[in-house]
Amino acid sequence: MTDFLAGFYAVLIRDLRLALRQSADLALVLGFFTIAASLFPFGVGPAPETLARIAPGVIWVLALLSVMLSLDRLFEQDLADGSLEQMVLTPRPLVLTVLAKALAHWLTTGLPLIAITPVIGILLNFPPAGYGTLLIGLALGTPSLSLIGAVGAALTLGARRAGLLIALLVLPLYIPILIFGVTAVDSVLTGFEARAHFLYLAAILVAAIPLAPLAAAAAVRHGVEG
Amino acid sequence: MARLTATSLTCLRGPRLVFEGLDFSLDAGDALLLTGPNGSGKSSLLRLLAGLLSPLDGQITANGRPISDDMEGHRAATAYLGHLDPIKSTLSVQENARFWATLLGTPDRVDTALATLNLTELAALSGRVLSSGQRRRLSLTRLLLSPADLWLLDEPTVGLDTNAVAAVEQMVMDHRAQGGVVILSTHIEFQLPGAKTLDLGDFTPAAFRSEAPV
Repeated sequence: MTDFLAGFYAVLIRDLRLALRQSADLALVLGFFTIAASLFPFGVGPAPETLARIAPGVIWVLALLSVMLSLDRLFEQDLADGSLEQMVLTPRPLVLTVLAKALAHWLTTGLPLIAITPVIGILLNFPPAGYGTLLIGLALGTPSLSLIGAVGAALTLGARRAGLLIALLVLPLYIPILIFGVTAVDSVLTGFEARAHFLYLAAILVAAIPLAPLAAAAAVRHGVEG
Repeated sequence: MARLTATSLTCLRGPRLVFEGLDFSLDAGDALLLTGPNGSGKSSLLRLLAGLLSPLDGQITANGRPISDDMEGHRAATAYLGHLDPIKSTLSVQENARFWATLLGTPDRVDTALATLNLTELAALSGRVLSSGQRRRLSLTRLLLSPADLWLLDEPTVGLDTNAVAAVEQMVMDHRAQGGVVILSTHIEFQLPGAKTLDLGDFTPAAFRSEAPV
């Protein structure tokens, strides 16, 4: 068991190190999130009530898109330099390797997005009463985005225009997370409890933790047979 | 019981039949040198043997059992060195080697492996500044880190100077002395005493022979 974990930690730490040393990638994702959010006051007008009404949905949609934009770095570089086929050839279970990569992706994408969400909230006049719900929802939802995204990224390995293909594959699968994330905030703002929505988000995450790496590992195996 | 055998192996890449009816058998300590013109399927054969490709027809057995029965186990017992150098430019030489050593379960071998390939002095350098020969040497350390007894080497000496080639020859010799099996393709003079040779050009289907690049 400890042997399994040694491989898991090795991949996790390596991917974190790579992401932090290539921090431009991380900055691009956060920059996209911020700039795209700042377009909405120009697009729909700066009326505070309008912005407050759409803010939860805008923040969630942009979080989805930001995560999706960074998915190609999950496997693409490792495929290009031969690391991925060597990972397939090690005695470590590929499922754990994929899980470690998805966790590293969340730590360097989802987590920073959650961290700057309050700033984006101010920009969009997000109702203060909904902040807690928004952040808990993102904390439960974004790990699922990374896990489901890993399946999409693995399936499009080696494809031309993989980025667009990932969007087509992954965005429809993100819809349930978007719905429960946004309705959680809306229900709190209209005086109801968000607990049921959190439970749905948690259920999606609990299902994605074992299933997504299994699917992604199978796709990676296929992808390296080039 | 032969360590590794291939029986009437046939390989299809895209629309092209690369080779057909290929047979060989290797025992512990054996080496097989793959020769043949470009496009005759040396790399494809090595990828088949690594389990990274599936044959169209024929069978590969390791220790008497078809490798398709236990692909995971076979991959774990195989060290494959392809054309690519899996080196991260933002990690140091030491960090690159340590990562693979941990995945291969041999973190204690890093220093010896780096020393054998004369990389100790470069250990702190980042992967970005390595020359192509140095990158190749770093890739070769993976063989020393791997506990596998089957080595599949696809042109292992590309970009290496004569000293490094001699070091690789020594590595291969030591590995065979310990009962390991080595299959390699190369275009240069490579000392491989007592090795069998397999000219893949002999197995190119007649219909495709004219298509092979000269």
